[in-house]
Amino acid sequence: MILNPAVIALLLSSLLISGMIIYSSYFGYQILRRWDIKSGSETQLSLERRTYLVSTILSYAFGFQLISLFLFVFTADKLHSIFVGAMCAAGTLNVNKFGYPALILKIASFLLAGLWLILNHADNRAYDYPLIKKKYLFLLLIAPIFLSETIILTRYLIGLRADVITSCCGALFSTQRKGLVPEIISLPALTMKLAFFSTTLATILSGFYFLKSGKGVYIFSSLSAISFFISILSIISFISLYFYELPTHHCPFCIFQGDYNYIGYPLYITLFVATICGIGTGVLNPFKTIESLTGVIPRLQRRLTIASTISMVVFLAITLYPILFSDFRLD
Amino acid sequence: MNRLRNILDFTISSLMRRKGRNIALIVVYTFVVFILASVIFFTEALRREATTILRDAPEIVVQRVIAGRHDLIPLRYIDKIKAIPGVRSVKGRLWGYYFDPLSGSNYTLIVVDPRNSLSGVNHGDIKEGTIIIGSGISRSRIVHEGDTMPFRSFDGIPLYLKVKDVLSSESAIIAADVILISEKDYKKLSGIPSGYCTDLVISVANTKEIPTIARKITEVLPDTRPIVRDEILRTYDSVLNWRSGIILMIFWGALAAFIIFAWDRATGLSAEEKREIGILKAIGWETSDVIMMKFWEGIVISLTSFLTGMILAYLHVFFSSYSLFKPVLLGWSVLYPEFRLTPFIDTYQIATLLFLVVIPYTVATIVPSWRAATVDPDSVMK
Amino acid sequence: MIRLREIRKVFNSGRPSEFTALRGISIDVELKKVTVLKGPSGSGKTTLLSIIGCMARPTSGRIWFEEREITSLPERFLTEIRRKTFGFVFQQFNLIKGISVIENVMLPSYPCGEDIREIRKKALELIQFFNLSGKESSKIEWLSGGEQQRAAIARALINDPSIIIADEPTAHLDTKLSLEFMGFMKMLKEREKTIIIASHDPIVYESDIVDNVLNMRDGIVITGDL
Repeated sequence: MILNPAVIALLLSSLLISGMIIYSSYFGYQILRRWDIKSGSETQLSLERRTYLVSTILSYAFGFQLISLFLFVFTADKLHSIFVGAMCAAGTLNVNKFGYPALILKIASFLLAGLWLILNHADNRAYDYPLIKKKYLFLLLIAPIFLSETIILTRYLIGLRADVITSCCGALFSTQRKGLVPEIISLPALTMKLAFFSTTLATILSGFYFLKSGKGVYIFSSLSAISFFISILSIISFISLYFYELPTHHCPFCIFQGDYNYIGYPLYITLFVATICGIGTGVLNPFKTIESLTGVIPRLQRRLTIASTISMVVFLAITLYPILFSDFRLD
Repeated sequence: MNRLRNILDFTISSLMRRKGRNIALIVVYTFVVFILASVIFFTEALRREATTILRDAPEIVVQRVIAGRHDLIPLRYIDKIKAIPGVRSVKGRLWGYYFDPLSGSNYTLIVVDPRNSLSGVNHGDIKEGTIIIGSGISRSRIVHEGDTMPFRSFDGIPLYLKVKDVLSSESAIIAADVILISEKDYKKLSGIPSGYCTDLVISVANTKEIPTIARKITEVLPDTRPIVRDEILRTYDSVLNWRSGIILMIFWGALAAFIIFAWDRATGLSAEEKREIGILKAIGWETSDVIMMKFWEGIVISLTSFLTGMILAYLHVFFSSYSLFKPVLLGWSVLYPEFRLTPFIDTYQIATLLFLVVIPYTVATIVPSWRAATVDPDSVMK
Repeated sequence: MIRLREIRKVFNSGRPSEFTALRGISIDVELKKVTVLKGPSGSGKTTLLSIIGCMARPTSGRIWFEEREITSLPERFLTEIRRKTFGFVFQQFNLIKGISVIENVMLPSYPCGEDIREIRKKALELIQFFNLSGKESSKIEWLSGGEQQRAAIARALINDPSIIIADEPTAHLDTKLSLEFMGFMKMLKEREKTIIIASHDPIVYESDIVDNVLNMRDGIVITGDL
């Protein structure tokens, strides 16, 4: 194992976060069973007190989770110099079979953590805890994902050995291998471009439409989710090519490096923020009719939509910049 | 928004009121950050130095290995390697160690080819009878420009060499114990026969070809061992990584003690503090307001300690030539180079520090904060 | 109108130290009037005050505040109501030492989300009203007993509540200051505030501004207007 401070930090925080989630899930379960807002009984009172604690713990846990995704990618990128054959995070993640699954689970955790925080925020704005049961049910459903993330991440980090030869992203993200990634890469650039720009624009437009008319929430929300996937695929397929100015360099991780002005960070951050806020808007919608939330939810949805659309526009701008302004031409 | 600001206002004023109780916590917190930050900054700076220096190192160094040990390499091997496609140039290097009984240390003697300058070192042509010495040697033997140093050759005959120049301390990290010497003098001193040299330096046209060429060299010359530059870098990285990791493990104890202290401090509110929270609840503050106050308290304390600790660590590592960890991180050597590291700090290190210190601290204070905040509003009336 | 029906309050239920403070109180408290809870210490006055003032929840029984049942509202909401509706003056003043007069007065408003400058303005007006001008930046512990009392009342009024609750307000005051206190209560009554005071001090319960007196003993109301 690589006894690097950052690796230790990742392990420690992952363990802490999982610990906090387990603790909270236990109380979440209690709350699901015994919560009754109408009774003024001692049990209810102590549950109400407890929920402050659990809510605070989870807010911290999920907050840390959001940051740890970036620390993870950062670390993978920095560690590449230790591994033969690795030129960027792609190589580091490939050192053992847990690297990429860890990344995928971390991304999933990131999105789910963000959604839970949005739900929690809405619940806290109302005076009678209208979403409390749903919130904790959601927590119990997603807890296994966080726990497996910790397990896989730990196995990945412990299994990092400097004497393993890994592949460079040039080999991983090439058409020469079998698998999903090469399929994506071999899709004609024009198709991908069309798909990407149309979905992104559609998402932005539906966001505006929702802001103006208050309708079409689910369309906007689903489009946000769809454009997340298409954007990731597009980054691998053609967007990265423009940043590297190379027709064969498809790696989605090299853009985190200094050579490319660390553009990977704003690119992915805007995408993730846009996605969480977009999906969150839809997730909140069914609860609009609850009495104590009638004022809260529409306001929250508006703010989320604004955040989402602005992020999406910035994301689009970042992807367009090299396409429009660099001398590189794909076809 | 206003609520956040107002509560922050009150938090700061209450922290100022209770300086005594909070000072101890801040001092310990700062110390922990200081130690960890020092380790992280130091290793990262060293890593960067190594990378910068090794950048100019030869891509492949070929050594001859006999009976498992490094031996002299015949110059005729040069042509054999030149024949390998992809090899741009092959040069022989002449260098070795010299044990000086007076200081009990090993010097590295290097024959410099003016065409092949040593990275980062300005030396010009070395005339016979003269040498250029590193700053470490100058210090330990109290020898300066113009002085003469005696050497004992392989056959017992003394050799007196005049010091033409002393290398600047800026190059100390690689050249503290180095002596630059002319070819004839070195051959006299070491007894290396003509037709041989210490090792060969290869430069290649395409860096991607390095592993292939290295392999071919061993095929053509089975008694040689090629050392690839990237491997050196990787080894360096690995060593620094695990060494800094070990120090961190040791300071785990300090960190754990700090966390326990923080938790204890957060749990053991003074009667005065308890009363204050009771009053706040009585006059209309809600549990979440008190939790927010505690949150701000944590942030203010964390920020103060974190910034102070980091600044102190920065000064410690980059401006004082004495470092607490030099022995562990640099390995052992009799001549410690005196050098200044180039200050380097980036977001990554800060993020790591945050994760290692601030997060455990915050987690430790969550439950005690909550407990303090869930006091009954009517407690002050009883 | 504040209505209480069959209010019981038991502390430390199920444990050896179990103690019943209120044994079934059913009263109506009229708004915009002055009500006094009279009785010896241990009679449950303070407990009853804290329940009426939404500071604690009864073990059993129900409360209505202007036709709205507030018995088992969650703490979050209850606190919001309390902050906006009730102003408390405590027996021990319960001012926070080490901070200034004005900060003490402003404190109950901090969580409300108002701009701090607005809060400051209101606080200064109240300080002026209670003749404490010039002392707003002094630390609270430097003020005399009478001045602290006035600061405590000012604090109770910062959120412009409609109901003032005072628990044994004259317990630590001499006659002059006690009369001064009742004078302030008169002013507040003239401003259509509801006032509920718990006291066994004759200066309080025999004052001519008092509309109702409820006699309490051992957790129940013995006599009282209903």
